[in-house]
Amino acid sequence: MAVTKVVMPKLSDAMESGKIIKWLKKEGDRIQGGDILAEVETDKADVEMEAFGAGVLRKILVPAGETAAIGALIGVIAEPGDDIAALVASAPAPVPAPAGAVSATAPAPRPAAATPSAPPTPVARPAAVVGAPAAVPAGLGQGFQSGRVKASPLAKKIAAQTGVDLRLIQGSGPGGRIIRRDVEAAGSGVTSAIAMPAAAAGAEFEDVPLTQIRAAIARRMPLSKAPVPHFYVTSEVAMDHAWELREQLNTLEGQPKISVNDLVIRACALALLKHPGVNASLQGDAIRVFHRAHIGIAVALEDGLITPVLRDCHAKPLAQIAVEARDLVERARNRKLRAQELSGATFSISNLGMFDVTEFSAIINPPEGAILAVGSVRRVPVVDESGLGVGRRMMLTISCDHRVMDGAMGARFLQDVKRLLEEPLRLLV
Amino acid sequence: MAVMTYREALNMALREEMHRDPSVFVIGEEVGLYEGAYKVTQGLLKEFGAQRVVDTPIAESGFTGVGIGAAMAGLRPVVEMMTFNFALLALDQIVNSAAKMYYMSGGQFNVPIVIRGPGGPAAQLAAQHSQSMETYFYHVPGLKVVRPTTPMDAKGLLKSSIRDDNPVIFIESETLYNVKGEVPEDPDFLIPLGKAIVRREGTDVTVIAYMGMMYRAMEAAEELEKEGISVELVDPRTLRPMDTETIINSVRKTHRVVVVEAGAGFAGMGSEIAASVTEQAFDDLDAPVERVTGSNAPMPYARNLEKLKTPSKDWIVAAVRRVCNANGS
Repeated sequence: MAVTKVVMPKLSDAMESGKIIKWLKKEGDRIQGGDILAEVETDKADVEMEAFGAGVLRKILVPAGETAAIGALIGVIAEPGDDIAALVASAPAPVPAPAGAVSATAPAPRPAAATPSAPPTPVARPAAVVGAPAAVPAGLGQGFQSGRVKASPLAKKIAAQTGVDLRLIQGSGPGGRIIRRDVEAAGSGVTSAIAMPAAAAGAEFEDVPLTQIRAAIARRMPLSKAPVPHFYVTSEVAMDHAWELREQLNTLEGQPKISVNDLVIRACALALLKHPGVNASLQGDAIRVFHRAHIGIAVALEDGLITPVLRDCHAKPLAQIAVEARDLVERARNRKLRAQELSGATFSISNLGMFDVTEFSAIINPPEGAILAVGSVRRVPVVDESGLGVGRRMMLTISCDHRVMDGAMGARFLQDVKRLLEEPLRLLV
Repeated sequence: MAVMTYREALNMALREEMHRDPSVFVIGEEVGLYEGAYKVTQGLLKEFGAQRVVDTPIAESGFTGVGIGAAMAGLRPVVEMMTFNFALLALDQIVNSAAKMYYMSGGQFNVPIVIRGPGGPAAQLAAQHSQSMETYFYHVPGLKVVRPTTPMDAKGLLKSSIRDDNPVIFIESETLYNVKGEVPEDPDFLIPLGKAIVRREGTDVTVIAYMGMMYRAMEAAEELEKEGISVELVDPRTLRPMDTETIINSVRKTHRVVVVEAGAGFAGMGSEIAASVTEQAFDDLDAPVERVTGSNAPMPYARNLEKLKTPSKDWIVAAVRRVCNANGS
């Protein structure tokens, strides 16, 4: 019978390593292909890991709480009679994680003694997070860096000189290679951190280690804001009819509850079909225009934010959008998203309406070309033909990648979103 | 300075050196009465006589051997190959005699010979007459290999080659003979062998090229300038000994390298330069060295296919964009 290697899967685009939260199967359990073997914490979410082979889970090489790089052998599935000694022996010996290093790209398994499953707690630490090279234990040295991080030789040299931790940078070179401009961009942000004095007991500050998700945000956002020339277009939407329609819909028995955000998603999906130039992404020397609207929904978490993707919104009726969006948001909060639900958005929506926010502007999540920031629905005085009255208004601000589209294109898209929301029956037909 | 063609600059170099040193003589097919298949030896027979401008039978191995023997006996022969592709017939003389004589005679005989003629892709000369012949020679210890790109280099480097005490392979190009440029008329003007030149200063990428490829690289640099990519052009001029110092200094400045060669790429000059750059300037590289080379095929005769075989300005532009990760965006 075949021996199946269980390796740390790549569960998201930016993932470089994953931490085993827990094994759902134990050594000796019989496994069918598709069984959930373990839960893995990635830079984005907690994801269930499926088995690919059938047999008995003969060996667990990376226990719960420990981290393994993508592709690292973490277990073996085989029949009881199969000889797996050589395979197990070939697995790299567990290497202690560098003290205090951010776990985003931590090297392969840590020993169990490293208090693995404890959540990251604020600790006063003497060294700044970015000073990591000095914190790498002897024996890891170059191999540790080059084995996990793809960086040009020049980028490595500059990183070493300026104290930038390459593991915290996402490369913009071919295949994600970190090149000089990435290190220089990162270096401009961290130099002050390097100079920070050590935190003594009772000091005025503490250095909280980055969680995987915060490290991913810290890595990705400068890659949007710095290289992507953002422009913003804001529009106010009269939400009176939409509000009324929603209340009516929500009195219908047996129908899912519809949120304002569901209306916005539906409106955006329809408008994206009409304005494919906004549903677009810069791909090297071409603009990729998408014919389907996969919409990322930003979900706030305690330690960061995550953007699960609602696929094919253009082809889904409002009720289906409502059900699926609620499911995605709940599972995002519980960190139960599957890997494929975290990538592939062509456009995103960020809604801070629940925080009584009038308006804001969002940072584009590359390679998407635009993101819509949604404010609260507010009751405000309005003037119309009949005089002064009270109306419901909502501010929408779209952030657009100017390399992909121009102001008028963003404005026309927003105009259509506004029209769809102001004449909300259009969302139902 | 006078403006003259590459061909005239070579002719001037031969004439000046023949005046300067009576041991210099020219030998080859059609160099005398016909004044050279490409007229590089024009007027020399009339001026210096048949003893110093020697027409030979069509027998490359034979007249190259005559030249090597004459060099061992103290003369300074300039052997013309009608095209350098014909030097294949004299390969044993060049590789086994000229290149090794100084070593194998324990320093008793040096061979101050220049073997010159046109090589590389031209215009519809087909597979047997379009080869980048330098690749056959720069591998051999004991040979110097020169490829002059401009009329000034043609003069200065040919004079230095004639005065050099070692065998020098000096390969010109059919496509460059009519190129005009400024050339110093000073009979003592020399360009030392083994010195590269920065033909264009730039900050973003170093492009290394010679002969026709340098002219394509110039055009590419001008186009890329409009996109905001600043190209530094380095011409090695002498392939062996190679001036890696000039190349490495440029790489340390730009951090990216594209090497262009007309011949097929396998184990070509691009490979050698890429290796040197990686060995000596690894920590300065921000991108892998790119090679732009001729396709791995014999040179086709058909004009449209010939274009597909030989690197063009567009190939170079594309490679530069790749190493700069610019992709036109």
